[in-house]
Amino acid sequence: MPHWNLVEAINSALRISLNRDNRIIILGEDIAKIGGVFRATKGLLEEFGEARVMDTPLSEGGIVGIAIGMAAYGLRPVVEIQFADFIYPAFDQIVSELAKLRYRSGGQYSAPMVIRAPYGGGVKGGLYHSQSPETHFIHTPGLKVVVPSHPYQAKGLLTAAIQDEEPVIFLEPKRVYRAHREEVPEDYYTLPLGKARVSCIGENVTVVAWGAMHHEATTAIEQANERNISCELIDLQTLHPMDIQTVITSVRKTGRLVVVHEAPRTGGFAGEIISQVTESCFYHLECPPLRITGADTPFPYTGEMDYLPLAPRILAGIEAIARPS
Amino acid sequence: MLPPTETMRIIDFQGKVLRDIPKVSRAILLRIYRVMMTVRLVDERMLILHRQGRVGFYGACTGQEAPPVATAAALQEEDWIIPGLREGAAMLYRGYPLELYLAQVFGNGLDPMRGRQMPSHQAARAVRQFSWSSCIGTQVPHAVGVGIAMSRRGDGSIAVGFMGDGATSTADVHRGLWAAAHFRSRCILICQNNYWAISQPMRSQTRSRTLAERAYAYGIPFVRIDGNDAVAVYQGVGEAAEYVRADKGPVFLEMETYRMGAHSSADDPQLYRDNQEVASWKQRDPLVRLYTFLLDSGWWTETEDELLKQKIGQSITRSLEVLEPWPIAPIEVGYGR
Repeated sequence: MPHWNLVEAINSALRISLNRDNRIIILGEDIAKIGGVFRATKGLLEEFGEARVMDTPLSEGGIVGIAIGMAAYGLRPVVEIQFADFIYPAFDQIVSELAKLRYRSGGQYSAPMVIRAPYGGGVKGGLYHSQSPETHFIHTPGLKVVVPSHPYQAKGLLTAAIQDEEPVIFLEPKRVYRAHREEVPEDYYTLPLGKARVSCIGENVTVVAWGAMHHEATTAIEQANERNISCELIDLQTLHPMDIQTVITSVRKTGRLVVVHEAPRTGGFAGEIISQVTESCFYHLECPPLRITGADTPFPYTGEMDYLPLAPRILAGIEAIARPS
Repeated sequence: MLPPTETMRIIDFQGKVLRDIPKVSRAILLRIYRVMMTVRLVDERMLILHRQGRVGFYGACTGQEAPPVATAAALQEEDWIIPGLREGAAMLYRGYPLELYLAQVFGNGLDPMRGRQMPSHQAARAVRQFSWSSCIGTQVPHAVGVGIAMSRRGDGSIAVGFMGDGATSTADVHRGLWAAAHFRSRCILICQNNYWAISQPMRSQTRSRTLAERAYAYGIPFVRIDGNDAVAVYQGVGEAAEYVRADKGPVFLEMETYRMGAHSSADDPQLYRDNQEVASWKQRDPLVRLYTFLLDSGWWTETEDELLKQKIGQSITRSLEVLEPWPIAPIEVGYGR
């Protein structure tokens, strides 16, 4: 089995999907000739030709707009937005059109498609190459929002997203792109959307994290273990629709919850997770749940490692919640 | 290719033939006329019902019947129409039942869109009429994408996307024009220039003389057509469709027309528009021009016209008797997927 990083796993998912299903077309800025700025689509133009691997000029709204038409007519577009920070010119097409097409037409039309976008900080990207925009899309009925953390999950979730009948916003943690390798099957496989993954079983604290922060949380719970705090780590994988049941089951056992995300704190997804957990298992909670998040400021350039909720902050949070003074 | 100075016109404001009439059958012109008349009468009735509080909203296409109806007539059955607000009439030409059309206005349980959309936001897969949101111009990239998908699928169809003059100031129209040209989409993009984007006149959209120049900037061939001349619309769209179908690339058509009424039932054009202007456009009424032409051609008579109006009026009344009391879809449908 090959040892692939997350970019290679994405590339494999795209290649294998293009091979299996001739309705699939991929399009985006700089994705064909140079294989994308992160090379996630490397080699696909040579293999599938420019009718299926389409370089586009710089027009995110146009890319998503034409992809909606293509999808409605029966193709399966997979769009790459170069950075999630540049998805906003396409926001109207995503929110007003893509998400609502099936609903407003009474199910007569739909536009199943995937929009891939690298998101998140930690790569010296400054304000406009670092943001985590997941809540904008979670808050829009009609979209699924998927965030893989590891190469194996990235491939299986992307192949599943491409076959899904609903539009999927697929946010790729760019900080993890080349930072981690693992065994990934070469063959086609899918992983179910809407299902969380318990990546580490524990007893004292439930930690929920996704994308790049799942790796930080992994480091933090290993250190917590050394201090005799046993943590259960949940990788949500699909943020919407969320598999809250897996979180609730865990919190009923541990009685303590920490939610980690890069996005700003206020209105962030941690608030929703904690709300749902509190509604469902208030009497199982030993203490107030805790959010460890990005700040309510734009994403800074030089101070990015302070902005991100990295392992030391997560560990401090776990300790604070496990051993309240 | 030069910026357009001429407008394609076949029958003049008095309904007289200006040039050699293209080979267009009596049957097609009469069908265009019947559907235009149906829409005129439906719009009149729905606005009355709105004033009586029986319809929640309405966007009439009065004065603009020719572009949607004669365009539908010039297309083939499998071609897709990606409309804006004032093109629902195309569906009626393509055989969509009047009862379902009116059910959408009431948003009741018979409405294929399950009461989820406002009136005048018609869509029907059965007649290949795409779904419009309410956002201006967003549908233009969709039309271009459908046209790209059609060439990938190689099934011979073409896409026709509509927009208004106001839409030409939106980013999405420019995105659409870029993509249409760049990917040689199998699409016709039609701008119904009705001279008013709610209260903003066409001259506030651009300092250029025409809207067709928008397409010129993107290297897309364009034609300006008198949109109140159903024969010219039919002919112009037919020629454009032939060009697009031959995979020569997209075409842009500017159709000069005029919104005789309000932008919608929520608008009062008295606040921004000169009555004299409206009166001058009344002289160019597309229905009257086509009627005069048909009469002069000996293809139609006053008696037949009276009978047609009566028949349409009765079928609207009969439909309303069934549709108005019809219950809305169950609430779980309204909140469903």
